[in-house]
Amino acid sequence: MLILLIIGLLEPPSYVKAYDRPNDGGGAIVIEWEPVSDTLLKGYEIFRRKAGEEEFRKVAYVAKGRNSFVNSIGIKDGVKYEYAVRSVGIDGSYSDLSIPAPPVVSYPQWFKKNKINTLLAIVIYLSLLVYFTQAAKGRELFIRRIAGLDHLEEAVGRATEMGKPILYVPGISGMSSIATIASINILSPVAKKAAEYDTPIIVPNRDPIVTMVAQEVVKEAYTEAGRPDAFKRENVFFLSDSQFAYAAGVDGIMVRERPATNLFIGMFYAESLILAETGNMTGAIQIAGTDAVAQLPFFIAACDYTIMGEELYAASAYLSRDPKLVGSIKAQDWGKVIVMGLVVLGSILSLFNIDLIMKFFATI
Amino acid sequence: MRRTLPLVIAFIMGFVMMIQYFIPHPMSQKFYKIMVQQWLIIISIFFYVFAWRSFGIYHINKIKRRKEGWWASVVAFVGVFLMLLSGFGDRIPGAFGHFIYKYFNFDDLYNYMFAPLQATMFSLLAFFIASAAFRAFKARTMEATLLLVTATIVMLGRVPLGASLWKGLPKVVEWILMYPNMAAQRGIMIGVGLGSIATSLKIILGIERSYLGGD
Amino acid sequence: MGFWDRFLKIDRRWVFLIVWIAVVIPLLKPLGLPTHITPPVKKLYDYIDKMEGEDKAVFLSFDFDPSTMPELLPMGVAVIRHCFAKKIPIIVYGGLYPQGVGMAKMAIDMAKTDFPDIKYGRDYVFLGYVPGLYLVILSIGESIQGTFGNDYFGNRLDTLPLTMSIDNYEKIGIVVDLSGGDIPTWWVAFAYQRYGCRIGCGTTAVSAAQYYPYLQTGQFVGMLGGLKGAAEYEELLVRNGIPTGRRTATIGMDAQSVVHLLIILLIILGNIGYFYVRRRERRA
Repeated sequence: MLILLIIGLLEPPSYVKAYDRPNDGGGAIVIEWEPVSDTLLKGYEIFRRKAGEEEFRKVAYVAKGRNSFVNSIGIKDGVKYEYAVRSVGIDGSYSDLSIPAPPVVSYPQWFKKNKINTLLAIVIYLSLLVYFTQAAKGRELFIRRIAGLDHLEEAVGRATEMGKPILYVPGISGMSSIATIASINILSPVAKKAAEYDTPIIVPNRDPIVTMVAQEVVKEAYTEAGRPDAFKRENVFFLSDSQFAYAAGVDGIMVRERPATNLFIGMFYAESLILAETGNMTGAIQIAGTDAVAQLPFFIAACDYTIMGEELYAASAYLSRDPKLVGSIKAQDWGKVIVMGLVVLGSILSLFNIDLIMKFFATI
Repeated sequence: MRRTLPLVIAFIMGFVMMIQYFIPHPMSQKFYKIMVQQWLIIISIFFYVFAWRSFGIYHINKIKRRKEGWWASVVAFVGVFLMLLSGFGDRIPGAFGHFIYKYFNFDDLYNYMFAPLQATMFSLLAFFIASAAFRAFKARTMEATLLLVTATIVMLGRVPLGASLWKGLPKVVEWILMYPNMAAQRGIMIGVGLGSIATSLKIILGIERSYLGGD
Repeated sequence: MGFWDRFLKIDRRWVFLIVWIAVVIPLLKPLGLPTHITPPVKKLYDYIDKMEGEDKAVFLSFDFDPSTMPELLPMGVAVIRHCFAKKIPIIVYGGLYPQGVGMAKMAIDMAKTDFPDIKYGRDYVFLGYVPGLYLVILSIGESIQGTFGNDYFGNRLDTLPLTMSIDNYEKIGIVVDLSGGDIPTWWVAFAYQRYGCRIGCGTTAVSAAQYYPYLQTGQFVGMLGGLKGAAEYEELLVRNGIPTGRRTATIGMDAQSVVHLLIILLIILGNIGYFYVRRRERRA
């Protein structure tokens, strides 16, 4: 009698519903239920069967406090499944199975609806980009001074006067990093200047693909400067793919070759200060540029000029003054204005408990 | 053609991968896995062949011309081949394999040479930050003074000594890290994020071409 | 040249020597400074602590190489000890890069010395390196057995009691990622955003500053920042009666305290010298 009482004590969850997980490639079903308020409750067990089958099989257990579960194992798209949930007590007792949710089918979607905000942002940004690159034709658009980029020519000139080489370190990341691409964009005009002034430029690399790209860029720069014969492929080389072995190698180059100008432009990690301080010890003029926020303080402390964050991405436009590139910087700035406006608006609205803007930006 | 073909490839692949991001269908995911997991990895591996060729040429030239520090290039070659052999270990047939496994064991080389060397290089930062701070942290301007004062508070507060001097100091440091620091980090992150999008779109659309070399 | 002129132009090797002395002396003669616990560390500790008795595992990923070992290895050892003491199942993962495997093995060997009743396969499992980077993070969401197949020692995962019952993020209570770079953000992007698995972070002091936004939004449950974070976690273990062995992080904090003080002193003296020289030049 007592055992019967215990078995019947816990209630099963109610309003169990199951639906295809949205915005996925199929193979997953979401089960939700009304939580059971019972002090004896420990958790829930989720059961599944194919439509038409008699028996339910347990697929999962979730602890108390959760009222949803995503079943992504053993689900075949296009097959009807039924789910039921039962409560589990702290004393090991179980409730009856809940009323099963209506049959549900999982299927893959073709579009992630929860990424509409991202798509909208891309469309707006792309529109700004197209507008400003067109608007830039025949008109000079203003870009504020970026000290680090202004002094690049001076830095190259210093190396020429002293008869010493230029050391260009394009960072330690691969070509998939935007900072590395920006670095290669700066390498081109620097190499061209070096070719014009007949100053050797040394470019040690950490990544094989970056090595190949850097070799081509420097070679092209020398050709454009009318000095293809002066290009030395062995000056643009692969050093090591181990972070600190690379740092040690570059330090060795700085101490032996004593370059007059060190350019640290790209993505850096912990080795940034090791490179910059060693360069400072050799008395070189140093210009650094990175979007690695954590390394900026080290470069600021040890280098003469530092190009910070997105200033690095503006380098190509800044140095070439190509109207299309300058227009793209304007588009970037207007994009930031929009984001800032939305941040301010969202903050004000949230004071009145209106989370429209926050919900729009949330990703699931 | 030499410049047009890469631009066309960049345009097509850029847009295809952008569209792929929004499509969760298994066909789209499979395409992504093939492009990233297979193609990219295979291409990267082949580039390592070129990289090691470049490495070899650089060091051989240094040794041939007896440039300053050429002995370090000899050490570099010895290190490369030793680690390579030790990785094979006793899978090399015969007594030589056994010798390598016994006296140049990979785990030992890693634990007692590679790991301490890496940790040593990283620990150079302690010395360099001291000399850099001594040289650079001067109260030349208002901003520099603010930086100086904040750095001092954070340095003290992040060690037990600070809490011993004043119990409230760690809380002040937490506040600095959670509010002004985080605000600045977020600002830079947003700027970098937008800059990355702009640069990527410029490359996809062919507006940015410096990475191809020349104009 | 006056004293302050010479002082400002001091050969930096003297600075290196003074720093070296400031590091070595506290290591040889510990000061025993007390450790103050900060909220990010406490949150992570409490979250793992609450997992006692649940049938979920901690997934500890060693995404660092020997260069950051002094800061991050003590964190790994401390977390493993915590799980061993509270009998929380733990999956130790050698990380998304090959160098992490050696670090993970070292941490396990150091942690298990005080827990003789810990059984491999039941209380913890050690997974080796598998190529794929963030694809591995995604793949764990489907199946750990499918992603790895075998553990580091070659045992099939479907034969080990722990991995037989814990096969994806649904049965993982928290992923704690130890990394000196931006790998913790990958775990947030793929494991947390996609699968809802909670993430904790252990990182170097330099990188810790940039992760406060993630703490504030709740994307990180908690964070161990640098050697101090490791020392705080060791302190929490001690306060809760969990053996910590040789408290390497706490010992290191004495040296760090002295060096920080030294750097502050150098900065103050440097500024005094700077103002003195500037005033003298203005007068002249």
